[in-house]
Amino acid sequence: MQVPAPFDYERATSVDDAIGLLARLGATARLVAGGHSLLPMMKLRLAHFEYLVDINDLHGELGYVKVEPTRIRIGAMTRHRELLESPELLSSFPIFHDAERVIADPLVRNRGTIGGALCQADPSEDLSAVCTAVDASCVIRGLDGERVVSMAEFYRGPYETAVGNAEMLTEVRFPVRPHGSSAYEKVGRRAGDWPVVSCGVAAWVEGGVITDARVGLAAVGPNTTGIPAISQALRGRAPSEDLYAEAGAIAAAYCAPVTDQRGSAAYKRHLAAELTRRALRRAVARIDGREV
Amino acid sequence: MQVTMTVNGEQVTRDVEGRLLLVHFLRDHLALTGTHWGCDTSNCGACAVWLDGEPVKACTVLAAMAGGHEVRTVEGLEQFGELDSIQRGFMHCHGLQCGFCTPGMLMTARALLDRNPSPSEPEIREAISGQICRCTGYASIVRSVQWAAAEEAGTRTSADVGSPP
Ligand SMILES: Cc1cc2nc3c(=O)[nH]c(=O)nc-3n(C[C@H](O)[C@H](O)[C@H](O)COP(=O)(O)OP(=O)(O)OC[C@H]3O[C@@H](n4cnc5c(N)ncnc54)[C@H](O)[C@@H]3O)c2cc1C
Repeated sequence: MQVPAPFDYERATSVDDAIGLLARLGATARLVAGGHSLLPMMKLRLAHFEYLVDINDLHGELGYVKVEPTRIRIGAMTRHRELLESPELLSSFPIFHDAERVIADPLVRNRGTIGGALCQADPSEDLSAVCTAVDASCVIRGLDGERVVSMAEFYRGPYETAVGNAEMLTEVRFPVRPHGSSAYEKVGRRAGDWPVVSCGVAAWVEGGVITDARVGLAAVGPNTTGIPAISQALRGRAPSEDLYAEAGAIAAAYCAPVTDQRGSAAYKRHLAAELTRRALRRAVARIDGREV
Repeated sequence: MQVTMTVNGEQVTRDVEGRLLLVHFLRDHLALTGTHWGCDTSNCGACAVWLDGEPVKACTVLAAMAGGHEVRTVEGLEQFGELDSIQRGFMHCHGLQCGFCTPGMLMTARALLDRNPSPSEPEIREAISGQICRCTGYASIVRSVQWAAAEEAGTRTSADVGSPP
């Protein structure tokens, strides 16, 4: 039987209350959102904290997808299922729908949150790749107010983020630009499993050329942030199969997968290239309305 | 610490440790052993119960997190001595053999039909995709859910799969 080591349970009633509790309890306290990454780690005794601060009551305050003219804002407590079922996200950033369909399973998706997913900072985590592709910024709140960091600044390395001890992630936001679309491609060993490799793409095409494109990969090394070299190679060029292959080759060269039970490093490199190609192809087809 | 929640419509209060998992709270503190405890790693879904109307894996929810909320378990499916149609569907269509996954499957299937009274086969398979059954190969579980959907829609005919026992 797996049970976490003993800890004290606290429940936050608001964002300010949660931050106040973290400040008072110190570094031995941790927030628990959906609990679907943290509790398994505590059950396996890979992690231990003296206090857990439950933020599920903050779902009213932090569970939202807000579409504004120039940006979309997603509250940290928005659950996977809510992202999957959001009609606004489906029409403007289908990458979320693509990814959420294959993140874990419906029961896990009923609990897990975007905030927990990003703060877990697991290199295999799908939403980090999605947020990297859509050029998201993370809003971090502490006792002294808010700061906004890019995904590249947010993700410090495996299981490490820019969120400090008495701080929490409150929101993820990203720009809305015309003439763009997005897509996500994932290969897993079985339904509901973590990716062997996955790839997210957001692209913008105007006047027959790619004006911008961003790629985020998951599970191919400690660093899931974007690959600027791909964006550079794509900008100003007309979409074509050759161009997608070129982008895929850059992805394969850039990533640093290791051989593990999910596959060999060589296979993962192959997937990084192939999934980058597929996701680019699909995102561009969606801009043209050739695919939904 | 004290935790108070509603389980199958009844308010319960118990003294628990903060680290107690909901699955053990239900089984060991309330003797509701219908909820099964399987892989312990949120993969198998044998522990699926409803939390505020949504199926969740009770091995990955703290009992304390359910405080102030509503939990429904397989024991809460039967109403006034009548089995739920989803339970009758599993009976008619042999939706189980060993029965270990069944309580979780029933809770997920009930939640599906509440949201979507006439799900397609892919929708049923998707809804139960977080749960493992090692006996049926899932085919008879899918048929059981279809039986219950047809029963509730009043469209079940004698030609439908599964004859009454
Ligand atoms: C069986 C299973 C399969 C899975 N498959 C996949 C998969 O295929 N792909 C995938 O990407 N993920 C997968 N996951 C992970 C799942 O998506 C988790 O729900 C998610 O990673 C964590 O979200 P959570 O809300 O449960 O976070 P929690 O477990 O509650 O928290 C995770 C960490 O984030 C911190 N935290 C949470 N919220 C905040 C906040 N607002 N501010 C600061 N810190 C915070 C916590 O303190 C903790 O350190 C799977 C999980 C399970 C159990």
